Amino acid sequence: MALVTDTPQQQDGGRKVRGAGSRNRARNGGPRIGSHIFLLILVIYFITPIWWLTVASTKDTAGLFSGSGGPLWFDDEFHFFSNLQGLFERQDGIYWRWLGNSFLYAISGGVGATILAVLAGYGFAKYNFRGRAAFFGILLGAVMVPLTALVIPTFVLLSSVGLVNTVWAVILPSLLSPFGVYLMRVFAQEAVPDELLDAARIDGAGEIRTFFQIALPLLRPAIVTVLLLSVVGTWNNFFLPLAVLSDPLLLPVTVGLNGWQALSNAGSGGEALWNLITTGAFISIIPLIIAFLSLQKYWQGGLSLGSLK
Amino acid sequence: MATTTAPSSAHRAEAPASAKHRPDKNYRRKQRWGWLFVAPFALVFATFLILPLVFAFRMSLFTSTLATGNKFVGAENYVKAFTDPIFLQGLGTVAKFALIMIPAQMVVALVAALVLDNLATWASKFSRLMIFIPYAVPVVIGALMWGFLYSPRFGPASSIFGLFGAAAPDFLAQDSIFGSLVNIVTWQWAGYYMIIIYAALRGIDPGIYEAAVLDGATDRQIALRIKVPMISSSLVMVVIFALIGTLQFFTEPQVLRAVAQGAIPTSYTPNMYAFSLAFSYSQFNYASAISFALGIVVFVFSFFFLFLTRKQSGLK
Repeated sequence: MALVTDTPQQQDGGRKVRGAGSRNRARNGGPRIGSHIFLLILVIYFITPIWWLTVASTKDTAGLFSGSGGPLWFDDEFHFFSNLQGLFERQDGIYWRWLGNSFLYAISGGVGATILAVLAGYGFAKYNFRGRAAFFGILLGAVMVPLTALVIPTFVLLSSVGLVNTVWAVILPSLLSPFGVYLMRVFAQEAVPDELLDAARIDGAGEIRTFFQIALPLLRPAIVTVLLLSVVGTWNNFFLPLAVLSDPLLLPVTVGLNGWQALSNAGSGGEALWNLITTGAFISIIPLIIAFLSLQKYWQGGLSLGSLK
Repeated sequence: MATTTAPSSAHRAEAPASAKHRPDKNYRRKQRWGWLFVAPFALVFATFLILPLVFAFRMSLFTSTLATGNKFVGAENYVKAFTDPIFLQGLGTVAKFALIMIPAQMVVALVAALVLDNLATWASKFSRLMIFIPYAVPVVIGALMWGFLYSPRFGPASSIFGLFGAAAPDFLAQDSIFGSLVNIVTWQWAGYYMIIIYAALRGIDPGIYEAAVLDGATDRQIALRIKVPMISSSLVMVVIFALIGTLQFFTEPQVLRAVAQGAIPTSYTPNMYAFSLAFSYSQFNYASAISFALGIVVFVFSFFFLFLTRKQSGLK
């Protein structure tokens, strides 16, 4: 995989690269310059905003407006640490509270949704219980229900039981992941052979022990994928917390930063916040980028699950 | 909620062959474990999907005024919604977004995936990750970043266009905001769709291309005539995701509203309209009707699309 140069000798099958790459290149007899230029353009397009944010997080407000290096390069002065300090000072460090809330919501919502999806996906895939087809049909329909259409009714519902403006108002609705169940069912059907389960049962293992010791290890790639998808879903969620939370101390970082931005644009003495917004935004995207980069082995295959037949 | 009462003979007929030799009673008892595994999810499903839907539907049949209190009005809110020029205009806006934005994302994602599938260099591996990275950025942060980049005060546009001696367009003006939003969404999601399509391409047995190669097919022909048809079920899935996402467009215009003064009204999309009705004007009944009407529109469109593409997707 690490070879870049292409020489005709590689035709002799010395490389173990799977797929069309080596074969096509052998045929054309050269590296594909056009393809690589195309990719380079795409990479520049997709990475520029993140590069801009990285650079911007090292500037103070004056530098953001008229820095010596322009918007896409560093200034002479490096303000990242003073911006960090600003985040600790502004409203007693409310930013870190928001970041902590985001973690709380994303992890509890994501882990909870994944546990429910694993159990339900396994149940749908491996048991032929009554009402299975009907329930799964409803679930498939539910994948198509726009979740934002549920936000306002969920708000009214939660407020009638007094849960609005508590952490539960964000966590409980986040447990719902019909798509996760669907992915898990598709995967469990393929990855957990019935014979293996039957063998465990004949050896005297109960249903619960069979699930934990036989099925769960086999489901691991799908579990990581569903976990990532639901953590990202909750971490990104904006509409739901915007609707159900009003206490500034409970906001996730997305809603909090949006509030700062609206405040700064309104110009109500908020000009000094620009550098805090960029630095806060920069810090908030780091955890998920690290998670995706370090777990790529799992999700790259896992994301195609839904389209398997 | 969804229990069918099938007679036990039909039930036995469905049983997999492996269970044939076992006593029926034992088999049936074992299958009941399925409900136990599904039960926790079913509970959440009932509480946070079925219940809000039923509740919203019930609310949408009432109006509430200070003078008369809650009053049953039947379909009146729906009649009002589907003749409300603001709601219809919002629907028109998201329909326009769907027509432009989905093809834009699909073209970028599909072409990138096809190019990546043909390469096996470290550069292509690196590109794949970089194209995907925006998916890890929360939508709000993505919209905030682009808001900065579009802004004439902070953004690089004026210096980039200055290189060519041109004046930078105002990305946040009324007539360019549509394109600016299309760009944000494409940036955010094309990489995710690319990964799904790419994974599907990797799943094709390369042996299939051999015959085409022997017949002298070019890469482009292989891509368009063999690869694309073979991954059509993934493509259908991606379009469905994009369609559902686009029709409930909310976050990006809501975030950009603060930057693009006056270019985005509070009722720009149906979801934004429902949000402002509920939380600025406390018209929860009418907002529920709007939400429900939007849900129906999304549902109908998705099913219509699935029906049109049932051959490609392999769904029944």
